[in-house]
Amino acid sequence: MIETELKRGPFVRELLGRSDYAIISELVAPGSRVLDLGCGDGALLAWLRENKDVDARGIEIDGAKVRRAIASGVSAYQGDIDKGLADYPGKAFDYVILSQTLQETHHPLKVLREMLRVGHHAVVAFPNFGHWQVRLAHLWTGRAPRTHLFPHRWYDSPNIHFLTVKDFEELVAQEGWKVETRICLASSHTIAAFHNFFSEMAVFLVKP
Amino acid sequence: MIVETLEAHFDSLALDCGEVIAPVRVAYETYGELNAAKSNAILILHAFTGDAHAAGICPETGKPGWWESMIGPGKAFDTNEYFVICSNVLGGCSGTTGPSSINPETGKLYAMEFPLITIKDMVRLQKMLIDSMGIEKLLAVSGGSMGAMQALEWAVDYPEAVAASIPIAGTWRHSAQQIAFNEVGRQSIMADPEWNGGYYDEEKGPGRGLAVARMIGHITYMSDESMREKFGRRLREKEKFGFDFEIDFEVESYLRYRGKQFIGRFDANSYLYITKALDYFDISNGKASLAAAFEHTTARFLLISFTSDWLYPSYQSQEIVSALRSRNRDVAYVELASNYGHDAFLVDVGEQTEVVKGFLASTLKAISKGKS
Repeated sequence: MIETELKRGPFVRELLGRSDYAIISELVAPGSRVLDLGCGDGALLAWLRENKDVDARGIEIDGAKVRRAIASGVSAYQGDIDKGLADYPGKAFDYVILSQTLQETHHPLKVLREMLRVGHHAVVAFPNFGHWQVRLAHLWTGRAPRTHLFPHRWYDSPNIHFLTVKDFEELVAQEGWKVETRICLASSHTIAAFHNFFSEMAVFLVKP
Repeated sequence: MIVETLEAHFDSLALDCGEVIAPVRVAYETYGELNAAKSNAILILHAFTGDAHAAGICPETGKPGWWESMIGPGKAFDTNEYFVICSNVLGGCSGTTGPSSINPETGKLYAMEFPLITIKDMVRLQKMLIDSMGIEKLLAVSGGSMGAMQALEWAVDYPEAVAASIPIAGTWRHSAQQIAFNEVGRQSIMADPEWNGGYYDEEKGPGRGLAVARMIGHITYMSDESMREKFGRRLREKEKFGFDFEIDFEVESYLRYRGKQFIGRFDANSYLYITKALDYFDISNGKASLAAAFEHTTARFLLISFTSDWLYPSYQSQEIVSALRSRNRDVAYVELASNYGHDAFLVDVGEQTEVVKGFLASTLKAISKGKS
């Protein structure tokens, strides 16, 4: 079993090899109903189910991953998150999680609106396109930036909507939603200032 | 594992059509051990022409069960963990009361005096069997094809008695295409003069009509790919065409063989009655919508469909999943890649095993935590 306790402070541990998972695992209340969009092989959900006793559901488009998720006890559904939330009634979940996938969706705003329709809270984690290395890479090379956060070439990248911490916050304000928690990270440290410049990744807890 | 087919007897069974069958006999088999709390029972539901012999070896015929690959120690339905039950359906011809049983009122075979039955009736009889075993709640109900319909029906009709439902390669109602194939099969039987309005000798019967019906059925169970792989255009024991109407192609030989083999083990009237039950099936019957049909279900669901299944295409499972989600039911769904068509749930069980096993384990865990 993996240690759940996160130390408050600048240092963030990893859960299942990922610091965003560690943060998400802290944000989710025990015993709650959780829907994970793009749940992959269900590792996070299986962990939450096991350790936080949540009712764990997931949507994933890749059949092989769905298979592994179901095999690990997660109620996963093979489907497309760009279309897939319409079936759910309003406020069916306490948390709807979207981790490292927002930038891959075709209609990010629609997905976010749907998340906040079916969930009381949305947990959104995404890589920050405003990170200084991305900015520099673009400036110096004159090409589509490639960094360790965005390692893909322009033609084989799954990322189709690039966004920064600032962009996300503007959208939240524009839609009239409320940021409950914001955690910005670079490697395993939280960023205290100049978030949009220094953070590699951001995790937001948002409510309508 | 040598298994024996057992029998249970009930005084009567009231049917959807308004009639009553009395008495009723059910043939069934069990595998594994029922635990003291009677909480580890799984009911397996067979497809159209299946029977109670789902697993193990039949002592008389030496034949393995029809889902031998899925049921047994260490398999998907692990008999080291679970107590697995399978019964022959109402209207069948393998031990459970059907049109080829004796009508106690006349002392002759029921034949066409047997009342029309539904999937719901089949499930009602299974519930009587489960009750007689003292099992209050099944850990799971599962089956493919017609078995999937029964698995849905169980979750809808007896929500308090089912913790999990696993419908595989199924549908929530027969489509026009599915009804059409069944009608061709029925017409083939009824067009055979030996059918004689349903009153034929056990020994004779409409063998040719039944064989053709089976041939049609077999085509729908396979896929374009699996037929291409298995037969292609290969000729049967000849180098060139015979320029006659004897068998030229392998596929002709296979279908004729399958048809002939079927005559020996299946009753033509059962074919008629059960295909009607399939065609009547619509889980939303009398409800405002498919979603409304799931209003009172409490079971977890796992649905599985197969990419090359054109008899019960994936969209039909997806419609069920969609309706369950609209009621916020706990539902898992995966479409497995297979070239084997509708038969995949019987023959291509590797990935199916992985999924079913994990789903059952998590269901059992949730129950032991007191959540289900």
